[in-house]
Amino acid sequence: MSEIALPSVDSTIVSKKDLIVNNLKQFTDKKNVLSELDEIRPYETDALAAYKNLPLAVVLPENTQEVSEILKFCHKENIKVIPRGAGTGLSGGALPLNDAILLGLGKFNKILDIDFDNKCVVTQPGVTNLSITHAVKHKGYYYAPDPSSQLACSIGGNVAENSGGVHSLKYGTTTNNILGVEMVMMDGTICRIGGKTLDQEGYDLLGLICGSEGLLGVITEVTVKILKNPQTVKAALIGFPTIEDGGNCVTDIISNGITPAGMEIMDKALIDATEKFVHAGYPMDAEVLMIVELDGTKSEVEELFKQIKQIAEKNKSNSFKLSKNEKERLGFWSGRKAAFPACGAMAPDYYCMDGTIPRGKLSEILKEISRLSKKYNLGVANGFHAGDGNLHPLILFDGSNKEELRRTEEFGAEILKACVRMGGALSGEHGIGIEKRELMCEAFNDNDIQQQINIKMSLDEKNLLNPGKVYPILRKCAEEGRVHVHRGEEKFPDLPRF
Amino acid sequence: MFTEEKKNSQIFQDSNHLSPTSELEVSELIKEAYKKKFPIDIHGSNSKKFIGYNVQTAKSLDFSSLSGVIEYLPEELYIKVKPGTLIKDIENILEKNNQELSFEPTDFGYLKDGKSNKGTAGGCVSCNFAGSRRFKVGSVRDFILGFRGVNGKGDIIKSGGTVVKNVTGYDLSKLVSGSFGTLVALTEVTLKISAKKPSQNTIIIYEKDPKIISDLFNMVLSSSNEISGAVFVPDEPKSKKFTPNKSKAFKLNDLDQEGAFFAFRIEGDQNSIKERIKDISNEMDLKNYKTSNLDIYQSDLFWKSINSLQLFSETKNNLLRAVVPPSKSEKMMSFLKNKYRYFIDWSGALFWIEVPGDQNIKEVKNTIIQNDGYVTIIKKSEDFEFTEKLFTIDDTKLMISKKIKKSFDPRGLLNPGKMYKDF
Repeated sequence: MSEIALPSVDSTIVSKKDLIVNNLKQFTDKKNVLSELDEIRPYETDALAAYKNLPLAVVLPENTQEVSEILKFCHKENIKVIPRGAGTGLSGGALPLNDAILLGLGKFNKILDIDFDNKCVVTQPGVTNLSITHAVKHKGYYYAPDPSSQLACSIGGNVAENSGGVHSLKYGTTTNNILGVEMVMMDGTICRIGGKTLDQEGYDLLGLICGSEGLLGVITEVTVKILKNPQTVKAALIGFPTIEDGGNCVTDIISNGITPAGMEIMDKALIDATEKFVHAGYPMDAEVLMIVELDGTKSEVEELFKQIKQIAEKNKSNSFKLSKNEKERLGFWSGRKAAFPACGAMAPDYYCMDGTIPRGKLSEILKEISRLSKKYNLGVANGFHAGDGNLHPLILFDGSNKEELRRTEEFGAEILKACVRMGGALSGEHGIGIEKRELMCEAFNDNDIQQQINIKMSLDEKNLLNPGKVYPILRKCAEEGRVHVHRGEEKFPDLPRF
Repeated sequence: MFTEEKKNSQIFQDSNHLSPTSELEVSELIKEAYKKKFPIDIHGSNSKKFIGYNVQTAKSLDFSSLSGVIEYLPEELYIKVKPGTLIKDIENILEKNNQELSFEPTDFGYLKDGKSNKGTAGGCVSCNFAGSRRFKVGSVRDFILGFRGVNGKGDIIKSGGTVVKNVTGYDLSKLVSGSFGTLVALTEVTLKISAKKPSQNTIIIYEKDPKIISDLFNMVLSSSNEISGAVFVPDEPKSKKFTPNKSKAFKLNDLDQEGAFFAFRIEGDQNSIKERIKDISNEMDLKNYKTSNLDIYQSDLFWKSINSLQLFSETKNNLLRAVVPPSKSEKMMSFLKNKYRYFIDWSGALFWIEVPGDQNIKEVKNTIIQNDGYVTIIKKSEDFEFTEKLFTIDDTKLMISKKIKKSFDPRGLLNPGKMYKDF
C-alpha cells in the first residue's frame, strides 16, 4: 500500500463507533449498515487500488430521504462522510477514512423515467452509464459520454468526476449532457437543480456540482440528455512512421474544420501489446496508429474521409484502412478498448495516468514521456484521446516492489507537471481525488485554491463531506476554513502548505 | 507596487466612473472598494444593462477599456480575450479562418434601440444567453474553457484553462457564466470556437396549429439529420398594443409574410444538405404542407433576425424569456394564443413572450412555472411594477446561491441586487 497524508483521525468518533452504527440503523434498514471487518473490507479502496483504508462503517441507503437523514445526523455529530458510486474511480476519490462513514449509492439502481418527448432519462445515480443507453436503444437513442469503464461505472460517479470518453470530442463530457440533478447537502437539505429544461435559472449550480468529486453534495438523482443515433458511423485506421507525423495529422484534421466523433492515438508499445492480445489487425509497421471515427449522413462521412485521407497522406501516413462495415469498425476499436488489459499482460501492474495538453503539443509530450521512461527505467505505453488532447499513459511496474511503486508515482507526477507546463491540465476525466491532490499547486496559486475552498466551506462549513480530496491538505484551511494572507505574509509562515 | 496601489487608491477616491485598463488595476480598485465597503456596478458596453435590477452604487467599474485579443489559436479551437472585447470584433476575426462562436450569442441591441449590439465577451459570458443552436451544441457556458477574474475581495483568481477536458477542481467557468457580474469581475475569458459550416438552408413550413407545430418540434429533436435550429413564429396579435414588426423582421424574398410559420435550419456542405433535406421531407411528410426554401444568404439573415429578437425591435412592452421542457410547447401555445406576441426557439424549449405593460405578467409566469419551466423578465415596460421578481428561483437554491455569492464576495459589493433583491 502506498502512503499519503489523510485528514487526522478523530479518536472520539472512532471510540463512539458502536453508538454511531446503532444510530445509523434508525435511518435505514439494519441490513444496510455494515460495520464488521469482513463486511466493510470490500469498500477499503476504489479503482486506484494502491491506496487502501477502512471506513468506520458502511451505510447503503435506499432512498433520498434516508440519505438526507443520515447526512443530517452526521452533520450534527461531526462525522465525516465519503460518498461512493460504483467504486471505479481512478483517482482515489472514494478512498475511505477511519473515522468516516462510507455512503454507498449502490442501491440507487433504478431508471425512473424514460422521456422520449423531452429526449431525456431520469435515473438514480447507481445505474451504470451503459444501462442508460441499453434502456433507450430500442428507439434508436443513446447517452453520449462513454468512459471506458461504462459497463461498470455509475452515472452518479460520472457526474462527480465529469467523465468523458472517446466521443467527448464531438459530444462533450458529462457536464454538457446532463439537464438536472437531485442532491443532498451535508446538512441534509435536499435540493433539485435543473430538470427537463435546457438551461436552469440563476447560478449554474449544475455546472458547479458536475466534476466536484463528491465534495459539495451527494447526488441522488440525475436527468441526462439522450441523442438519436447517427445515420452513418465509420472509422479509419491510419498508421504513421513517426510520432510527429501522427501528432501533426491530428492538428491538421481539426484545423481543416473537421470534428470527428472520436480520434484516438496509440504508440508503438500499445499497438504491439494490443495486437498480441486481441489481433485487431493493426499495422505493425506503424510507430503511431490513429483511429478516426466520423458520424453523420452517408455523403458527409464519405466526403470527410476523403479529406482526412489527403491530410494523412500529406503527413506521410504509411497505411489507411476505412471500415467497410459495422463489424470491421468494432474490430478497429477492439484493440483500443483492450489496451488496459493488454498492458496488464505486459507487467504485473500498470498505473494509468490522465492529463490533457493542447493538441499541438502531442509529439512534444510523447517525447517527454519517452525521456522520463528512460530516466525512471520504467516501461510506458501511450493511448490518447488525441482529438481533445487527453492522454492516458500507462506506466508498467511491479507493485510488489515498493521502490518501483515510488518511482512509478514520481514518473506519473512528472508527466502531469509537463502537461501543465505545456498549457494543459492535471486531469482530463479521472479527477484529482487523492492521487493528484498535491499537484494542484502546479496549476493553481493560493488565491485560486482559496476561492475553491471558500466555496466548499460555504456549502459544507464543517468540512465533513469527502475531506482530504482534491485540495492539498492545507491544515489551516481545514481547521479555519480560510487562509489569512497579510501583505504576502502568512499567519504561520513555517507551516508546510502543500 | 506600493506606488501603484496608492495611485489606484487615489483614483478610486476621486472618480465614480472607473475604467481600468489592466487586471492589476481591477484588483487594486476592488481591494479599495472592499476596504471602504463601497458597492460597485460592473459593466461592459451596457448592451444588456436593462436586464435585471438596476444596481444602485456610488462607483461603477467600466470594462470596455479592458479589451483585446490575448491569444487566438485557430488550430487549438480557442480564443482568449479581455472582457471588454466586442463580440462583433471576435466574430470578424474568427470569420477570417472560417470559424465562429457556434452558440450564437443573443443580440439585444434591436430590443434596446433598433440597432445590432452584441456587447462584449465579458457581458456575453456573464449573462449566458445562447441562440438557436442551443439544443444542438449547448449554451455559452458550454463554450467557456477558462477565465481569470477578480473576486469581491480584490483577489485575482482563475479557473479552467484552454483545453476542452479539464477536471481540476470545481468548474468555476460554468458558475460565473450567467452570474451577471455578481461573483467576479472577469478580466480574461477563453472561449471554445468551432469551424463554420460551409453552407446552410432553411425550410419554411406555413402552419400554425399548436399540435402540428409541437409534433414538428419533436420530429426535429428526434431526427438524426443534425438540424441546427427550429423556430415557430405565429401571427402577430391584432391589438394596437403591439407595433407590427414581423414583416420587417423577416423581410426575405422567399418567405411569405402572411401568416404563421415554422422554420428549421440545416448546415453542412451542399451535398449533405440536399441529402438531409430529402430525408427530412420524408420524416416530416413535407409534401402535405406549403413550404419554401431559404438559400444560404436568406437563411443567414433569417437566423440573424431570430437571434437578435428583431420581432420585438424597440418594444415598449415587457419581454419575458421562458425556458420549458419541449414537450410543453403545445400547452404553452394554447395558452398564449393570439393574446401575446411571441416566438418559439430551441425546437420548442425557449419562448420569447411580449406582454403589454397593462397586462398581467403573473398569469404568464404561473403558466410557465406550471409547465415545469422558468422565466426571466428581460425587458420591463415603463409602468412595470416591481412586485414581480425578475429572476425566478426556489428557496433552497436561493439559500445555496447566497452562500456561494458570499464565498466570492463576502461584503456583497459586486453588482449588488442585480439578480435577487437580497444579495
